[in-house]
Amino acid sequence: MTNLVELLYILILAGFVGFEVIKRVTPTLHTPLMSATNAISGISLVGSLVAAGSDHFTSQMLGFVAVTAATINVVGGFLITERMLKMFKRKERK
Amino acid sequence: MEVLNYPLEITYIVASILFILGLKGLSHPESARRGMHFAEIGMLLAVVGTLLSGEIVSWEWILSGIVIGSVIGTLMAVFMPMTAMPQRIAISHAFGALAAVLVGINEYVVHTEKAYGIMPALGFEVLFGALTVTGSLMAFGKLQGIIPSAPITYKGQNIVNIGLFFLVLGMFVYLIFFPFDAAIFFTMITISFLIGIFIVMPIGGADMPVVLSLMNSYAGLAAAATGFAINNKVLIIAGSLDGSSGFILSIIMSKAMNRSFANVLFGAVGSPQVDTSKLHEERPINRFTVEDTKFVLEQADRVVIVPGYGMAVAQAQHTVRELSDALEKRGVKVDFAIHPVAGRMPGHMNVLLAEANVSYDQLLEMEVINPTMDTADVCIVIGANDVVNPAARTEKSSPIYGMPIIDVDKAKTVIVMKRSMATGFAGIENPLFYESNTKMLFGDAKNVLQELVAEFKKN
Repeated sequence: MTNLVELLYILILAGFVGFEVIKRVTPTLHTPLMSATNAISGISLVGSLVAAGSDHFTSQMLGFVAVTAATINVVGGFLITERMLKMFKRKERK
Repeated sequence: MEVLNYPLEITYIVASILFILGLKGLSHPESARRGMHFAEIGMLLAVVGTLLSGEIVSWEWILSGIVIGSVIGTLMAVFMPMTAMPQRIAISHAFGALAAVLVGINEYVVHTEKAYGIMPALGFEVLFGALTVTGSLMAFGKLQGIIPSAPITYKGQNIVNIGLFFLVLGMFVYLIFFPFDAAIFFTMITISFLIGIFIVMPIGGADMPVVLSLMNSYAGLAAAATGFAINNKVLIIAGSLDGSSGFILSIIMSKAMNRSFANVLFGAVGSPQVDTSKLHEERPINRFTVEDTKFVLEQADRVVIVPGYGMAVAQAQHTVRELSDALEKRGVKVDFAIHPVAGRMPGHMNVLLAEANVSYDQLLEMEVINPTMDTADVCIVIGANDVVNPAARTEKSSPIYGMPIIDVDKAKTVIVMKRSMATGFAGIENPLFYESNTKMLFGDAKNVLQELVAEFKKN
């Protein structure tokens, strides 16, 4: 039970940090924000890795599909965020 | 029994800090890329840390998954055109949520004893995960044009949806007390999949920004719940960052449409019963030709361009930039006014214009540009309709009454580029078109703009 309370603390505090940080994201970058948070939430990869890397066949199968899906998000998400951010340039004007 | 793996925990703490710094970078385009590098390093640390943690005893499925996922992810990132970005965002939520659901099912069927104790988290995880998977796939289908983007409605729809929702909720509560009932567990997941389909079905294309933001939030919540279920703190932190991001975006989008979440999800979305008798009332409009437009633009000192979804459909962003360049060359100050819900996802117009090399400091938010609209000599509306409809300010009976709009009608001259007089997505008459200072320039946005740019190049 202490553990659950501990985890709730983390959830709530991280939620507040997220709220404050993301409130300051410029609306111009709202699409990159979505793809970036998506890549970051691909962190479910760590849970999937443990499942895919176990010695239990069912876990391995479920884990394999989960690892694939999460990796698509992590790799694809970061790459496309970079690709978008590269486009946001400031033009030198006289 | 559970001993903390200190090196792994420290890796996770560092990763969490890097994620937060990464999102912090997005407060400005200058710092954004550096921020993303932080986040990428954080992710790499978390993954490598997990792989080396000693919990991994077999490698073949991990490696296969990582290789296949990396190939698909890279191909999608490199070859997907920017115009397909809303679809990409939609489907990525489905992938993330799918991973969460599968990890949840794995906990339930394999680590059964443990799973019973964590049923509240586990149930939440599979429930939100499942509805996000199908909801996002529906959004993907609508954006990609596989499913008609118009709202699909039937009688009693809300009752069915709310009924299913309570049914799932009941099963969830039941499982907390009787977690060993696998039939109920899997029925709950199945119904959650159905709910995802049903809640997005009646939502139309123009409301997609809200749906994508909500799905973003749900995917994050599912990840955070996974963290509770498998006692992984970095998952909770990353999940709640994602959750709050989606939540904030949903609020911004709903506010920009003057609608509540409930109204977006359950309202008679996109099918307002407008009094059509008024629609066909013959009122004079002022037509403009390309030459007229050029003449007016030549006299201007300040031009504001308002892009909408129509610009994205016509793929006119590059031609828009050419026009803006031609004007700037003549000493005209050009700004772009971006409405928060213009397009199909948050920030849609910004990404398209940035792709076309429009400088980001020319892209102005609605709140910034509105107080200066009366100093604009010409305002060009390209493929936008509802977001510039003055009825939102004045007509209490209008379905969009109260929605904040870009005050284009305050400019000296408004040029509206439009295919025809058809109403916008919401099917609402736009009084702007009949104002004396509004000039209508009919035709495909891209063609018309190309002709206009050609006119400027002539001399």
